[in-house]
Amino acid sequence: MSRIPKERKVQNVHRSAGPPRPIGPKPVPKRFHQARWDEPIIFELSTPGARGILPPPVEAGIREAVGDPAAALPKGVRRERPPALPELSQIHVLRHYDRLSQETLGVDLNIDVGQGTCTMKYSPKVNDQLIRGPKAADLHPLQDESTVQGMLEIMWRLERLLREISGMDRFTLQPGAGSAAIWANLAMIRAFHAARGEADRRDEVITTLFSHPSNAACAKTAGYKVITLRPDAQTGYPSLDALNAAVSGRTAALVITNPEDTGIFNPHIESFVQAVHDVGGLACYDQANANGILGITRAREAGFDLCHFNLHKTFSTPHAGGGPAAGVCGVTSELARFLPTPTVEGDGERFWLDHDRPDSIGKVRPWYGVAPNIVRAYAWIMSLGAAGLREVAEIAVLNNNYLMKRVLEIRGAAAPYAEGHRRIEQVRYSWEELARETGVHTDEIGLRAADFGVHYWLSHHPWVVPEPLTLEPTESYSKDDLDEYAAILRHVAGEAYTDPEIVHTAPHRSTVHRVDDSALDDPARWAMTWRAYRRKVGAPA
Amino acid sequence: MAADQPIVHPYIPNSIPAIKAEMLAAIGASSVEDLYADIPESLRLRRPLDLPPPYRSEVELVRHVGGLLDRNVSAREVISFLGAGCYQHHVPAICDEINSRGEFLTAYAGEPYEDHGRFQALFEYASMMGELLEMDVVNVPTYDGFQAAATALRMAARITGRSRVLLPASIGRDKLSKIREYLKPDLAVGLTPYDPATGEVSVPKLQGALGADTAAVFLENPNYLGVIETEARGIVRLAHEAGALAVISVDPSTLGVLAAPASFGADIVCGDIQPLGIHAHYGGGHAGFIATHDEERFVNEYPSRLFGIAPTIVDGEYGFGDVAYDRTSFAKRELGKEWVGTAAALWGITAGVYLALMGPQGMTELGEGLMARTRYAIDALGVIPGVTIPFRKRHHFNEFVADVSAGGRTVAEVNAALRERGIFGGADLSVQFPELGQAMLVCVTEVHVRADIDRLAAVLKETLR
Repeated sequence: MSRIPKERKVQNVHRSAGPPRPIGPKPVPKRFHQARWDEPIIFELSTPGARGILPPPVEAGIREAVGDPAAALPKGVRRERPPALPELSQIHVLRHYDRLSQETLGVDLNIDVGQGTCTMKYSPKVNDQLIRGPKAADLHPLQDESTVQGMLEIMWRLERLLREISGMDRFTLQPGAGSAAIWANLAMIRAFHAARGEADRRDEVITTLFSHPSNAACAKTAGYKVITLRPDAQTGYPSLDALNAAVSGRTAALVITNPEDTGIFNPHIESFVQAVHDVGGLACYDQANANGILGITRAREAGFDLCHFNLHKTFSTPHAGGGPAAGVCGVTSELARFLPTPTVEGDGERFWLDHDRPDSIGKVRPWYGVAPNIVRAYAWIMSLGAAGLREVAEIAVLNNNYLMKRVLEIRGAAAPYAEGHRRIEQVRYSWEELARETGVHTDEIGLRAADFGVHYWLSHHPWVVPEPLTLEPTESYSKDDLDEYAAILRHVAGEAYTDPEIVHTAPHRSTVHRVDDSALDDPARWAMTWRAYRRKVGAPA
Repeated sequence: MAADQPIVHPYIPNSIPAIKAEMLAAIGASSVEDLYADIPESLRLRRPLDLPPPYRSEVELVRHVGGLLDRNVSAREVISFLGAGCYQHHVPAICDEINSRGEFLTAYAGEPYEDHGRFQALFEYASMMGELLEMDVVNVPTYDGFQAAATALRMAARITGRSRVLLPASIGRDKLSKIREYLKPDLAVGLTPYDPATGEVSVPKLQGALGADTAAVFLENPNYLGVIETEARGIVRLAHEAGALAVISVDPSTLGVLAAPASFGADIVCGDIQPLGIHAHYGGGHAGFIATHDEERFVNEYPSRLFGIAPTIVDGEYGFGDVAYDRTSFAKRELGKEWVGTAAALWGITAGVYLALMGPQGMTELGEGLMARTRYAIDALGVIPGVTIPFRKRHHFNEFVADVSAGGRTVAEVNAALRERGIFGGADLSVQFPELGQAMLVCVTEVHVRADIDRLAAVLKETLR
């Protein structure tokens, strides 16, 4: 290193004389500032002629034998001009994306309790290493089964673990994520009723307002009329009376989450399932919120016919900025014949794919599932075992109730519904009182929270809880982490009362400042690509 | 360690008994059991889950899981000619480097502030795809090319208000299965035969199938049989004349040499980005794209998220956000368009990195090289007694059909023999397309050198002798 001349060294501004004192401790909340590289759009980094990577040249022997077949393509079939992609040297591509990555806040970096309903837990690095070697990454799905016995065995084993965790009889690992698993379950529900000649008669699906939007949306896409039950104002979950009024001979299924996004467990769920069974409908359990109940309670005991898990939530696979994820659907033996094709079969020694499934709903995605996440989830479960999974659930619930206590100590915060009851793995809070008293709204609190290096998520739509905030602390965070997150909320809530302007104008220490998003709903100004943007702002081509 | 001893697990910070006790005290609970008071006894599992004993140490875990994976034979240990929708292209090191970054890998659904970089990377992905496709709107990736096709067809039906779609009979049976199930109960699916002489969609048959109820004519280019649809322009015109939309699925790795479907009138273009810098992952490396022109009636029918660029309050600063969010099921539940959820964003970022690395020259050279290698392979296999290349004279990109019926062996038998010699032969088409005989779909990529292709030809010749 270079030495700074003595006369220009910085003096200790806090203490110019006397004995040394400790530099710390860190203030709470910390003086975070996110990376701000002010990075151009990649097209602006283009230098004509630059190369990022070179494809292998065509060998002379091939060229001599066949010439240039691309040149023989008919006019109109051949591309006339090369695509106007940016041209960058390799280091510039790397640097650009490394910088963008630094302007992104993953679980690895933050106390990620602020993205409620998403179960943001630690994704073990060892599992990531396992899936990146060629023995996992470079397998083709059509390889002969004899050459993928290890992968098939992992799939077979994971299914057996999931069967025990849920109590269901068979699983598919095929869906690409949670909503795709919901879709697969609805397709199986449709197939089940069609096989009984009741497809036309059963045209309604019942769900609840605090269940994920995809439960309603997938049902609609599958051709069903959607009936949505609203939460009771006291308990936070729909009443059995409301369900009884909704079920009928037209009911194809109830699709429900429990605990719902409020973290409140519906204790009447068995009666809900029974009421649907009584009219000949199926009960389908969206288990996106399973993290707090692993080893505590299962789909089987509540009588469900179908369920799904999100491997990227409960089972630790990384969320990948919004996928690749993985969804898995479990069903009772009565519904197993409808599972997507193929299923993975085995005898404990040898493993194979069964494509001969005439009643199956067929494919929900290419091949057999998101294999890297299947391996990661398997490794995660195998690193914990039964006692470990139970510990995951218990600590997730303990963390949640602890954080709830801390949050509710903050002026202006509330947790609507079920007063005096514990919550399972998450809570939907409300800043209604704070908003009324300060004029600061929940979305603004979230943007200010970004100044302290954390995420903050509001709620799915519609906002049944006013000024919502949903926190799910999972098992991955320490007591100190939870205290820090609560301290950030307390700090920002305090600002709302004392200095609301700083919250209204946030973020201040994020990568960018407040976005003028008026263009995003205006067809004349919205731009989903650089070419559209350049055209709309009249930039030269 | 005995099973009843408390476990302090490395992944669970608060499993330290003293901390647990402190937190329980703070919330006034005597045990964690108190927290489950709302779960009725009848639903409680009062026994431990019956799971195998865990591998708590990393050493044990890697030995176990790594040991299972070691039983696989990777496509890199052999010469593989498998494709059929999942391709062994070279994956540039930078692609893996970027998608391994913990910031991207463990991000999720943050706002365009703390996740600005993720928004920018996905906007850039869409922008580079937009250049490749010559279209102004590209979605944040959906799950895979199957889903992209199925959704593109539903979009076309909503836009036209019609209820029937025409698919080429050369489509892969898995993709057909997905599309059929996804379009139920609203849309009927018709199949247009392919010309047995060319492998291309039969234009007269298509013309006969078009009707006032046709919402979309769906075309794959190259098609599943590896043939480039040279009449695509005319097919698009016929679709338009019938008031239908042209939905074209394309392998994006072809677009350095093949015309973008928009250039011959496609209305919706879709496909899978796995060929763009993503490993096969045993079929787990897929992500789907949907692209259209920037017209409101198209934009409003996307179920996917669309990221747009916008100014911030600071001059010269780019911001991002969701475009026309109210179309989505996130905003409107069952009143939104189909449904949206977590899908395949990181593969989108990866494909963006790939396109940035390749640039215009790279994509052109890649395409030219693939076509040359493939033609070389067609010629090399075509002269083997017992092998017929049914569409030999047509234009191929990187796959072609080879029929081994004349050699008196099944594809399964031939592939078993090849496997013994360190070669994974082409995908077996004999169940999906029995009319093609004992046909395999041979895939060639830039990872193959001439010697690989010569070896396939030599071993095939020996096998069929």
